[in-house]
Amino acid sequence: MRKTPFMLGCLAAVLLATTAHAKTLVYCSEGSPEGFDPALYTAGTTFNASSRPVYNRLAEFERGTTKIIPGIAESWTASADGLEYTFNLRPGVKFHTTDFFTPTRDLNADDVIFSFARQLDKNHPWHSYTEGTAWEYFDGMDMGNLIKEIVKVDDMTVKFVLNKPESPTVANLAMDFASIMSKEYADQLEAAGKQADLNQKPVGTGPFQFVAYQKDAVIRYKANAEYWGGKQPIDDLVFAITTDRSVAMQKLKAGECQVAPYPNPADLPDLKADSNLTVMEQEGLNVGYLAYNTTVAPFDNVNVRKALNMAINKQAILDTVFQGAGVAAKNPIPPTMWSYNDAIQDDPYDPVAAKKMLEEAGVSGLKMKIWAMPVARPYNPNARRMAEVIQADFAAVGVEAEITTYEWGEYLKLSREVGRDGAVLLGWTGDNGDPDNFLSVLLSCSAVGGNNRAQWCNKDFDALLEKAKQSSDQAERTKLYEDAQVIFKREAPWATIAHSVVFMPMSNKVVGYKMDPLGSHRFDGVDLAE
Amino acid sequence: MLYFLFKRITLLIPTFIGITIVAFSFVRILPGDPVLLMAGERGISDERYARLLAEFGYDRPIWEQYLEYLNDLVHGDFGISLVTKQPVLDEFFSLFPATVELSICALILATVIGIPAGIVAATKRGSFLDQTIMGTALVGYSMPIFWWGLLLIIVFSGILGWTPVSGRISLLYYFPNTTGFMLIDSLLSGQKGAFQSALSHLILPSIVLATIPLAVIARQTRSAMLEVLGEDYVRTARAKGLSDARVVGLHALRNAMIPVITVIGLSVGTLLAGAILTETIFSWPGIGKWMIESIQRRDYPVVQSGLLLIAAIVMIVNLLVDLTYGLINPRIRHQ
Repeated sequence: MRKTPFMLGCLAAVLLATTAHAKTLVYCSEGSPEGFDPALYTAGTTFNASSRPVYNRLAEFERGTTKIIPGIAESWTASADGLEYTFNLRPGVKFHTTDFFTPTRDLNADDVIFSFARQLDKNHPWHSYTEGTAWEYFDGMDMGNLIKEIVKVDDMTVKFVLNKPESPTVANLAMDFASIMSKEYADQLEAAGKQADLNQKPVGTGPFQFVAYQKDAVIRYKANAEYWGGKQPIDDLVFAITTDRSVAMQKLKAGECQVAPYPNPADLPDLKADSNLTVMEQEGLNVGYLAYNTTVAPFDNVNVRKALNMAINKQAILDTVFQGAGVAAKNPIPPTMWSYNDAIQDDPYDPVAAKKMLEEAGVSGLKMKIWAMPVARPYNPNARRMAEVIQADFAAVGVEAEITTYEWGEYLKLSREVGRDGAVLLGWTGDNGDPDNFLSVLLSCSAVGGNNRAQWCNKDFDALLEKAKQSSDQAERTKLYEDAQVIFKREAPWATIAHSVVFMPMSNKVVGYKMDPLGSHRFDGVDLAE
Repeated sequence: MLYFLFKRITLLIPTFIGITIVAFSFVRILPGDPVLLMAGERGISDERYARLLAEFGYDRPIWEQYLEYLNDLVHGDFGISLVTKQPVLDEFFSLFPATVELSICALILATVIGIPAGIVAATKRGSFLDQTIMGTALVGYSMPIFWWGLLLIIVFSGILGWTPVSGRISLLYYFPNTTGFMLIDSLLSGQKGAFQSALSHLILPSIVLATIPLAVIARQTRSAMLEVLGEDYVRTARAKGLSDARVVGLHALRNAMIPVITVIGLSVGTLLAGAILTETIFSWPGIGKWMIESIQRRDYPVVQSGLLLIAAIVMIVNLLVDLTYGLINPRIRHQ
């Protein structure tokens, strides 16, 4: 017994010695992950801690772009009718060997099928493996109705059979919910009656392997020495969970962490002035908008919508609400996304012309509601303030706007109602870098009564989206989406307000970090200068 | 004494049931529900919404949900978090030691400084020192914790670099979580410098959390001392020719301590409330931060059981204070 403290001491000394020489990157993350099974959640914070370091997917997003590159699947083919996708798995992919799991085989088709079957098949033993299991993204993207079946062609080949053609399929399979889990590990947990551990002690094939998590404090990973893409330049990755962003920036300045996302706009000048730090910035893959209810008079009149759009002073919003961390939006998709139609001219800010247009449309003494979200989002850091600016702009053209709000859950629910009274401030952050993920989700006829807050259904616009969905030719799809944006601008179901600019302050020692247009924070390929 | 104890414990039972009702209804009175919040901007179909509500049991009548909750509690089941899918009790006990450690340090700091400050202020009544101490106490009492915490971080960690910014220990140290108390675990780990690191991480959060209780204790000590110093037996003691130190330290202080101990006991509640903000500022992984996040996410099982556990702890501490009170002042026992 007496030897135990001594042994522990020795072990600790060895660990400390190892740590002292290891390259450790500390990331001041903004919150705790909800869990480590990415398919159960939708939050970026959770994905940054689970799917991005620990797991891989069949296809991956290339670092710093939305380009799809091979992941666990080294190649794939789509059938001519767009209904079958066949993935050829990469040989020799190893799952992590940890102190709670030792794999006996390499990744194969069984793991891929397990990862999706648990989400797809209601009778699968892992479909409800914890109380209230919800496959948020899988269900939210209606994957259950899209995927007809997943077939194991052989040990290293998997075929996805779809019910209808869907060109963003491969992009969808690069998303976090499509992370590939180890079936062998799951079987082991099931046999031990410890299914819940799948969400607490993750085992994947990714660049980093999970070491330990202390709730609300720290997550530790180490580089996967057997990673199929090669060992990472850093040895250890540590997430120091720091909820308050001003405190996180102080930690960054004090050298307690090397990367800290989401600075408060007020801290930016100080961070930029610090010669030990670099502040990277990129337009976020998001859009903030004001959606009119196009089914209710007088907002069913395109000229009224156009006039109101012309009454909004976007620059004032960028200055006061975004405090410089935003750019004006003219299209419903962000400029970093392929098929963004830059030729489109935004509605000019012209209150005089706007007032005249309203008069011509026979609208006078208009009273309306503006819905302001109760929460801050990247696409709208302060909806109340934004609503106040718009209220003042509308007053200048003779429109009396009343600001209204609800609790967030209620807000999202009530704003979906077709007969809703008022224009809604909301936004969207892209999931997979595909324009369809904005245009169809937010503006298609099938989304009316759902995420289409403008309740706007335009047959021509919809036909273009449908055609694009069925094509796998990116050039053709680009053209179709560009045309769709022209219709959108002409019909003005929304006032497009802004795309946020995301800032990422980091130590000058960090080498090779690339900002991800999809908003995730990835540390594969990142090094630390000595 | 046994009867006194029995009476106090019997009183706890209705209080406890009352708290289950308050905790249960509190989170349900708040607008918004956990399923809608979970779905976020992406939304949720009516069918899936109904299925999830049924799975969580939130589609049943509220009284049925409450009775099931009580039944589960009686069987030691505090529920499973809707978000992390972990048992609430496990999460609570993994986080609670951090809050206890911080609260104890803050309480020690508040007592060790507050009582002497109060005594000095009372014995030098009306002097510049008295006014300075009481003025500082008033400022401390009125200090917005969030602002105060950030200010200390900027000055002591940012500008002077004397203390770490946040967290419980430097991330260079990594050892098993044996007791959950970082000061003890760092000692047990045997790693050089670990204890010092844990201690240095405690300084700023302890000061911030101690600020309000310190002010309260100082003021309470002063007023209790002033009252006692005017008593006949103190005058008698002085008349006997006892030194000032003996009069104040032996005769007056012991009697003045009775209300002060009550205040210290009551400040456990204040500390737990203050811990919510302090933990958020200093990234301190305790129950305060956990509760705030759970309320935001409408994580019903965590909020209702977490509130209950916190309330139970405050109740137990108050019971202990009452017992101590009885020990110091025998009259209380016999009433």
